[in-house]
Amino acid sequence: MSVDTERTGPEEAVTRGPIATPRVGRGRGRWLATWGPPAAVFVASIGVWYGVSYLLLDPQRRFLVPPPHDVIKVSFLDPFNLKELMSALWLSTRVAFIGLFISIVLGLALAVAMNRAKWIERSLYPYAVLTETIPILAMVPLFGFWFGFGSVSRVLVVVLFCIFPIIANTLFGLQSVNQEHHDLFTLHGASRLTRLWKLQFPTALPSIFTGLRIAAGLAVIGAIVGDFFFKQGDPGIGILIDRYQSRLQSEQMVGAILLSSLLGIVVFWFFGWLAHRVVGGWHESAGGLDT
Amino acid sequence: MAEPSPLDDSPLASEATPLVSFTGVSKRFPDGTTALDGVDFRVRAGEFVSVIGPSGCGKSTLLRIASDLTKASDGTVDIQTRKIGYVFQDPTLLPWRTVQANVELFAELRGLPKAERRRRADAAIKMVGLSDFTRHRPRALSGGMRMRVSLARSLTLQPELFLFDEPFGALDEIARERLNDELLQLYLTQRFTALFVTHSVIEAVYLSTRVLVMSGRPGRVLGDFAVPFEYPRSPRLRFDERFARLAGQVSVGLRGGG
Repeated sequence: MSVDTERTGPEEAVTRGPIATPRVGRGRGRWLATWGPPAAVFVASIGVWYGVSYLLLDPQRRFLVPPPHDVIKVSFLDPFNLKELMSALWLSTRVAFIGLFISIVLGLALAVAMNRAKWIERSLYPYAVLTETIPILAMVPLFGFWFGFGSVSRVLVVVLFCIFPIIANTLFGLQSVNQEHHDLFTLHGASRLTRLWKLQFPTALPSIFTGLRIAAGLAVIGAIVGDFFFKQGDPGIGILIDRYQSRLQSEQMVGAILLSSLLGIVVFWFFGWLAHRVVGGWHESAGGLDT
Repeated sequence: MAEPSPLDDSPLASEATPLVSFTGVSKRFPDGTTALDGVDFRVRAGEFVSVIGPSGCGKSTLLRIASDLTKASDGTVDIQTRKIGYVFQDPTLLPWRTVQANVELFAELRGLPKAERRRRADAAIKMVGLSDFTRHRPRALSGGMRMRVSLARSLTLQPELFLFDEPFGALDEIARERLNDELLQLYLTQRFTALFVTHSVIEAVYLSTRVLVMSGRPGRVLGDFAVPFEYPRSPRLRFDERFARLAGQVSVGLRGGG
């Protein structure tokens, strides 16, 4: 037809890249603006830490807050202690990931089922909310009675911790498809499955990733909480923290806490990075990339 | 009906059975709102009919009934084709898909083979002048370009009847006028029938072979104005004295004086 490409002239604005993400300077300035504030807070925290160790506590009580270099020396530079910490970290990571994986599969399936029929949502959602509202720590000992005091119970605690954000965010995403998009699919005779796969699921992806990021952090917490209660088998990082506490090995205890926090941060970052890769090109929540 | 119509001498209108017939069509919603009350009109193949009326008069409901998205409460609706294109006010593009993938969507939903939908999408994208933007995602396009993608997407199914629900309502005046001209070119080359809902009297008169004027809620057809200007139409037509007179008559009709 005769609509020329020239018609799409320069006067018609083509927005390249994210619309709502103003760039903060360029090059070094931008790098500083991004990393400067958290680095400053980090340095200040280390300063406070040293201050508490050396200024507030006398040498007999310094074990309560051991200075950072002692923590590094004892926990991470001693090969025996490091090996113990790393194998415990690996075990807790495995429990967190197995629990997270089960939560993702189960959470997505339940959300899809609830989205399919209102009666299923009405039947199941209150129980999903229950996983969030019951005092989980009070429930945990029961798991020991029912499933033993080993890995199964630890994984179940993780599932209990992180399934709700996955269900709630996925369901919200699946239900936020705009009516006109639904109408388009109806007009062209799309089946339920096609609608789910080609419309609802992609629409829900940003929400699903929000749920995954929350759940990932909770999975690490769940794995450590599970460790505190279920001590059969190889020790996880939670068991080590408990053990170090009872032996007043505060350097190793702080080292274990730092490692477990690092695990939480890495898992949270991983899902943030994944969200950016998957939806960043078209959805602002994940930070825009040009196409 | 205010004037005899449709235009008997319209070069694009067919003599055959009307493509769209609404006879005594009413629509009541479960909350008790009556959107349409006894709507009667016909659209022959090849006509470009605009529907204009105050907000809430049921114009969009009328299109939803024509496309079978909504059922009429009373009356008879007869649509003589299943090849219907529907363009909403919002371009309704899928933000995760590129322009190319968005344009292929309908053919994909209809189960056309990949090569065929690619061929149709390429042709449609060329028609709307977006061949250089096939790999862009909707967020990187302007409002007018998104609407062109929406048009291209419907064109892939070569519709016989195009339903437009205020497609250019959210655009600025310059983009709207440009898209009006592009739509007219598509109308002349693709030979579809159009039922075009708009709030703009100027747009309705400029595009159409006929303009239907509707009353406020519940919507009824108050007037049916034939538009006697030849196609292809030039943007200068908007400054023609006869155009201004007809637009004035439609405006008066819209205020209940037609």
